[in-house]
Amino acid sequence: MKLALITDIHANREAFEAVLDEVERHGADAHALLGDFVGYGADPAWVVDRVRALVAGGAIAVKGNHDKAVVDGPRDSMNSDAQRAIEWTRGQLDAAQIEFLAKLPYMVERHGCLFVHANAYAPEQWEYVTGRSEAVRSLNATHARYTFAGHVHDPQLYNLSGLGKIADFTPTPGVAIPVAPHRQWFVLPGSAGQPRDGNPAACWALFDTVRSELTFHRVPYDHDEAARKIAAAGLPARLGERLKEGS
Amino acid sequence: MQSADMPAHDLPAPRVPLEVGQVIDGFRLEEHLHQGGMANLWRVSHPDHAIPMIMKIPRIKGGEDPATIVGFEVEQMILPMLRGVHVPQFIAKGDFTMQPYIVMEHIAGPSLRPRLDQAPLPVEEVASVGVQVAAALHDLHLQHVIHLDVKPSNIMFRPDGAAVMVDFGLSRHDHLPDLLDEEFTLPMGTGPYMSPEQVQFVRDEPRSDLFALGVMLYHLLTGQRPFGKPNTVRGLRERLYREPVPPRTLRPDCPPWLQEIILRCLEVDPASRHDTAAQLAFDLGHPDQVKLTARAERSSTGGRFDTFRRWFAAVGNEPKERGTASTHVTRHSIVMVAVDVAGASPGLMQTMRDTLERMLRTERSVRVACVTVMRTRRVGMDELTDKDGESIHVKRLVQLKHWARPLVQSLGLDDPARGAGVTYQVLEAPDPASAIVEFARRNAIDHIVMGARSSSAVRRFLGSVSARVVAESDCTVTVVREVAGREAG
Repeated sequence: MKLALITDIHANREAFEAVLDEVERHGADAHALLGDFVGYGADPAWVVDRVRALVAGGAIAVKGNHDKAVVDGPRDSMNSDAQRAIEWTRGQLDAAQIEFLAKLPYMVERHGCLFVHANAYAPEQWEYVTGRSEAVRSLNATHARYTFAGHVHDPQLYNLSGLGKIADFTPTPGVAIPVAPHRQWFVLPGSAGQPRDGNPAACWALFDTVRSELTFHRVPYDHDEAARKIAAAGLPARLGERLKEGS
Repeated sequence: MQSADMPAHDLPAPRVPLEVGQVIDGFRLEEHLHQGGMANLWRVSHPDHAIPMIMKIPRIKGGEDPATIVGFEVEQMILPMLRGVHVPQFIAKGDFTMQPYIVMEHIAGPSLRPRLDQAPLPVEEVASVGVQVAAALHDLHLQHVIHLDVKPSNIMFRPDGAAVMVDFGLSRHDHLPDLLDEEFTLPMGTGPYMSPEQVQFVRDEPRSDLFALGVMLYHLLTGQRPFGKPNTVRGLRERLYREPVPPRTLRPDCPPWLQEIILRCLEVDPASRHDTAAQLAFDLGHPDQVKLTARAERSSTGGRFDTFRRWFAAVGNEPKERGTASTHVTRHSIVMVAVDVAGASPGLMQTMRDTLERMLRTERSVRVACVTVMRTRRVGMDELTDKDGESIHVKRLVQLKHWARPLVQSLGLDDPARGAGVTYQVLEAPDPASAIVEFARRNAIDHIVMGARSSSAVRRFLGSVSARVVAESDCTVTVVREVAGREAG
């Protein structure tokens, strides 16, 4: 099976479309969508509908903190740009779309893999896995060999050896990495809709379960159009500008 | 796919002993070739694969030997990524959930290891081994891999002399997670050959392989190890400040150029070594072009003050973050410029200098190999006497240096601080295009710059040398044309 991993789309239609085209071109036969479908971007309704269609076709989808905030109303811990985007997004979605987001699970375990937005040890607390110690904590909280997560927007790959040693790695796009199943792996494909590592191209990853190979990908998309729509919607201009820099 | 309930800390149980005739994933075990400390080697056959093959199977001692297992995993990750004549061709692998193995091409013949017992070897043999191994290392570095365990037992040869590097258990691939990083608390490598930076846990420095090759060449040349055979970390760290005895002290007939090259490989600071394995191979293959420094004449190790100075530098200078195998190699390239000093117009020669100046202005430590081809007859005796031939050869060399002088001056190519420098060659060959292509291939040239004949009539009559070079060479080729109407510079 070739499993496409897509996360943190953040209502960026242009990025999501570009990623889905690439996913199809690479012959993926399954999708896992790791949350934060909305927030920041100008096309929440379109993105939620596309995700619903994929889920109807068998795709895995889990809930992100922005998805929850749109259902419940923004949390005080969010920055002001994010809060404004959440308020605006609530006005863009109909009841069925909100209902879809509300019913998303926090965590899914399937094919021996764990899918979660933030981490496996407290998926509803939204703690970021930004280093080795959080990665170990998350890997120790599951028997699954492979954990796929989002929330952190930069692509990263952690592995825990049989001896309990953790290592991290910043992947090179397009290189198939052997990920042997006797180790545990924590995979952050990186954000599709709002990359922050200085490269504006959208992130996604492909996991070949037969070959036990993982490939991180980047795909360029029309970020100028995505930014124009953010400004036109009256959302904070900074949310569009950062797409051009990938920051 | 692996089931989800396998606990993280269990390693697979050791397998039952293997026997001749047993079949693993379609590979039939034919003959047990070797039992090493880390792995067993079997000759195997498979109905779908005609080439001679070996299967490498790790020795797993009750799941308590992490070095064996991780090293084997590293080789399983890296070998399938590698191509070309300098590595055994990868065929198949089996993972740790079943029977772990790697099947690869069987490279016949002994490794370089037995030659070590026959050292000291003739100077020519030492240099030629060095050229072959450096070429193989350069090829690995271009494929993003640093070997990190270069030593005679890991070097084999194909029938045509090409070196083949084996055993990638300690290697590092730029684009793959480094499973050995953080796993162990001791420096990884083979004691006598380990570079100073490897002793300090640096695993991303391609020039570590040049240090190890320098150790090997020193040993083949003198019969002695430059830093002994330490088996403690303290002993390993000695190479950070203790200079080796200069080879010429042990081997009086060692030419100065070879001592220069070997001691440069053994520099503590990687930046003082050759920039790339290709540049090292070039020097070993062109002794008359080696720029001699104080290293060539050194006759004793540094005095107490020198040792103290090296020690002090070593203590204060823990390794910095470095580049990767491939970025490093591309930054330190060799540019070949082929100039028809006898036939090209002054305007074209000036345009070629200008082009090179623009290209090299922004590059640091590029080596420039200036080449001109002196045509000889294809068959039979040349009508020139040897003496005439020799004088024309010298004349071409003088013309070539004269052509390059303004460029060398304006870019400071001759500045020893830059190290990479400039070399000059007159190739004697009947066919200039083949001579240029062959020179570029042999010397791992990254980029050829050459001129095109300006008159289309002449080009039609004689054929275009540059067009053939573009078609036949493996590297980037820039063809420079004289700008029409331009005054000669």
